[in-house]
Amino acid sequence: MDPYCLKKLNIERLARRAALLLTDLGDGRDRVIREGDPVAGQLGEVIAKAFLSGQSGVAAVDGRSFFLNVHLPPPRLVVIGAVHISQALAPMARLAGYDMEIIDPRTAFATPDRFPEVRLLAEWPQEALKTHPLDAYTAVAVVTHDPKIDDYALEQAVKAGCFYVGALGSRKTHAKRVERLQALGLDEQSIAGIHAPIGLDIGAASPAEIAVAVLAEVIKAFRARRLRTAQTLEKTA
Amino acid sequence: MTQQSTSEHDPLLVAEHWMSDGRDVAIATVIETWGSAPRPVGSHLVIDEKGNFEGSVSGGCVEGAVIAEAMDVITTGEPRLLEFGVADETAWQVGLSCGGRIKVYVERLG
Repeated sequence: MDPYCLKKLNIERLARRAALLLTDLGDGRDRVIREGDPVAGQLGEVIAKAFLSGQSGVAAVDGRSFFLNVHLPPPRLVVIGAVHISQALAPMARLAGYDMEIIDPRTAFATPDRFPEVRLLAEWPQEALKTHPLDAYTAVAVVTHDPKIDDYALEQAVKAGCFYVGALGSRKTHAKRVERLQALGLDEQSIAGIHAPIGLDIGAASPAEIAVAVLAEVIKAFRARRLRTAQTLEKTA
Repeated sequence: MTQQSTSEHDPLLVAEHWMSDGRDVAIATVIETWGSAPRPVGSHLVIDEKGNFEGSVSGGCVEGAVIAEAMDVITTGEPRLLEFGVADETAWQVGLSCGGRIKVYVERLG
């Protein structure tokens, strides 16, 4: 690998921009291609498809064998609520490769002492999401139980097409939440896509166990997202 | 701030770090898999000239063999394409107990 390519690739990855390393398996030469960089011909088509699906692989183009290693931005996890579950979730999310941030306007909860080594925004979601907008590579978990804090974030997460939206609370709590979200004008399908009660059903009881269940559900949603993209590609091909 | 979010065990960041320390580095990449391979296509194992390594291409099954090959690649500078699987046990004396097969591309950095 060309050292210049490695540096360039790492710069793109750290900046959360999609990039691809193209290696000619015949002569070992490589180059870094950023999403949107123009590449002509059949190779350009193969590259565009790889960016869409996020799938790395070998491709034969014009009698040459290439390896395309796609690097999509690591998924982000935004947690609304600096609570006990979030304290357990922060180190787990980091180990799993998730870029995590916590938003909670309650300064008694959102303290650096309780949350070392995680990005902490002691602001209302209405403010924090302006400077840290949600996107399709982001998962949102709302865990405060407080509609004043949770509801706005939920609404924005659904509108931004976040690949995962989860909300803590019993079925009864969620039923009331659904009514409020309907009143905000969200459609049935979007509301039904919210994971509630939050987390995979593993019988989690302690905050740390709930954190495991939430992280597992986020991972499942992210992997399914890739699968869906690939299936859509097949249909349109 | 974005740097904190990327794992300290990220093989490509480790490779760049080693390079800037003046160490010779080889990068091994899973380029194809068949069956139940333990690590997905695109996974990296990076190796220095002393055999230190970071990352994985198989979750432990064939790393030893890849590291040995990587030392040769660092010396010669010629990339190699390795294939591992249950059928290759006699060739490489290691195999994937899961029954899968993988192809690993090993190249020198620079």
